[in-house]
Amino acid sequence: MTGYIIRRLLQAVVVILGVTMIAFGMEHLLPGGIARAILGPRATQVAINVFDKQNGFDSPIWYQYWVWLDHLLHGNLGFSYKENRSVDSIIASDLPRDVMLVGTSLVLAVLIAIPIGVLQAVKRNQAFDYAGTATSFVLYSMPSYALGLILISVFAIEIKVFPSEAPQQSTVWGMLGHPVGIILPVITLTLVTYALFSRYMRSSAIDSLAQDYIKTARAKGLSERAVLWRHLLRNSLVPVTTLVGISLPAVFTAGLVLEYLFNFQGLGLQYFTAATDDDFPLMLGITVLVGTATVVGNLLADLTYAVLDPRVRY
Amino acid sequence: MALLPIVAEAEPLPEIDGGEVYKQGSVAQLVLRTFTRNKLAVVGVVIVVLMVLFCFVGPLFYHTDQVDTNIINSNDAPSGSHLLGTDNNGFDILGRLMKGGQSSIEIAFCVAIIATFIGVVYGAIAGYFGRYVDAVMMRVVDILLAIPVVFLFIFVSDIVTPSTWLLIAVLSGLSWLAPARLVRGETLSLRTREYVQAVKVMGGKSRRIVFRHIIPNAIGTIIVNATFQIADAILVLAVLQYLGFALPFPTATWGSMLSQGSTFLSDGYWWQVYPALVAIVLIVVAFNFIGDALRDSFEVRLQER
Repeated sequence: MTGYIIRRLLQAVVVILGVTMIAFGMEHLLPGGIARAILGPRATQVAINVFDKQNGFDSPIWYQYWVWLDHLLHGNLGFSYKENRSVDSIIASDLPRDVMLVGTSLVLAVLIAIPIGVLQAVKRNQAFDYAGTATSFVLYSMPSYALGLILISVFAIEIKVFPSEAPQQSTVWGMLGHPVGIILPVITLTLVTYALFSRYMRSSAIDSLAQDYIKTARAKGLSERAVLWRHLLRNSLVPVTTLVGISLPAVFTAGLVLEYLFNFQGLGLQYFTAATDDDFPLMLGITVLVGTATVVGNLLADLTYAVLDPRVRY
Repeated sequence: MALLPIVAEAEPLPEIDGGEVYKQGSVAQLVLRTFTRNKLAVVGVVIVVLMVLFCFVGPLFYHTDQVDTNIINSNDAPSGSHLLGTDNNGFDILGRLMKGGQSSIEIAFCVAIIATFIGVVYGAIAGYFGRYVDAVMMRVVDILLAIPVVFLFIFVSDIVTPSTWLLIAVLSGLSWLAPARLVRGETLSLRTREYVQAVKVMGGKSRRIVFRHIIPNAIGTIIVNATFQIADAILVLAVLQYLGFALPFPTATWGSMLSQGSTFLSDGYWWQVYPALVAIVLIVVAFNFIGDALRDSFEVRLQER
């Protein structure tokens, strides 16, 4: 078990390093070099040289990477010239809101997906099952913003229940003071994430129902409800962890798109504006963050899986 | 077809009372039979065929001007001359729908083919040689998987102006990861099969084993995955187009139609939003139906063997 943990940790570290290398490489692949990208196309060569020397861009690339990595490990993600703030301060102010949005949606999606999946497996091939599959099919086949658009047009334009823009307060606490504006983004992201989970939840619940331990539980005389709650539900939790880990990039992407749609001041929207402003240090920082979050998420998922399922030990 | 393992037809036994002889066909026939029995799958194929016709043959019958803007006619509701109305620039929506479909379908197909090609070979090599080769190759896959496609593409399109070829290249460059993982998994189990060992004993080189035995036997997984890849590519394209990081104006794309149209939602110009939305959902649902049915059909083959 410890061997597995150590091996998995090492893998994660290697992957994170790889992500940093790619992100770093991308920044330095800019045509004309990063100095020109930041200073503008009309900067003179002298200005560029001075900039390079000041910011250490004239040293060999592996040394630059080393310095950058060193900064990274000390929490310094770079400096955004366009916003005149350090990248970590920008991320620090946006991260709590993002965590609220993505975290809430993930949790809600799991909370919805498991019971519905189990119910679908129990009432297999009946009306409920077909309805559920059809709904999740359609949800799954829509681009994430499409669902948002539909919800906006129904709930914010036709029936003016929710606003179409998320609250603009700068702290999570402030945002929670205007819950009406949070509801639509969270619901949309939840439904989109649910769509990702639903197909696997259903098939894993169906597989679990056919297992021997369910037959044993029934043979022992357990009521059907007890069988479902005590055995099926618990065993469905296990694949959910892996599922969540794998779908993290997709959830982040959906988060980005929905932040753009609802004007939700999160890291996704920040990335988008950074791209339109050509703010490369900020884009780099967020990319590294998202990549690391995905790797850590997968790592946690795998480790949780190994803890929950004693059969997994390799 | 010679690459697919073929089960010989059983010869009909003469005059046996009772038992019918079970006639097996080739893998392709078996899969086709199960596939066509699945109603959703047939619906999916019909939808795809209709959409392809609509997008590629439609413009031959329904001429619209997609280059010159026409402000006088902008934001018209659906009418006789513009069957689905016009958008903010006076372009006919139906015509734009067809052109957008062309680019989406072309790009998605190319991406699926290229990504499957690369991914299958990569995964088979990683899975077959195992140990260190596998570990290194799969770490590369993990690294690339950790960065969401959209993030990466936004970055790339910030540096280089997107063109159709760039879209195809970058999307393929990130889509090959999924088939690589899948084929690697299949290879890991396939390489323990007896026929692989037999070929090894007979002196077959690794390359022969991988290309003539392992990959053809994983063809089920490969085809199913390729189908889902098309659906995913269309969705990713829709997102990129919506955000504005795909082909620039005035190229007609479904995502950009949605993006433009959504600014007029509150004005009630529903025809600028819903046609593109329905088109995307329809074609993605169709490919998902087909993919699911293919997956079931290939599983049936495994069961019947």
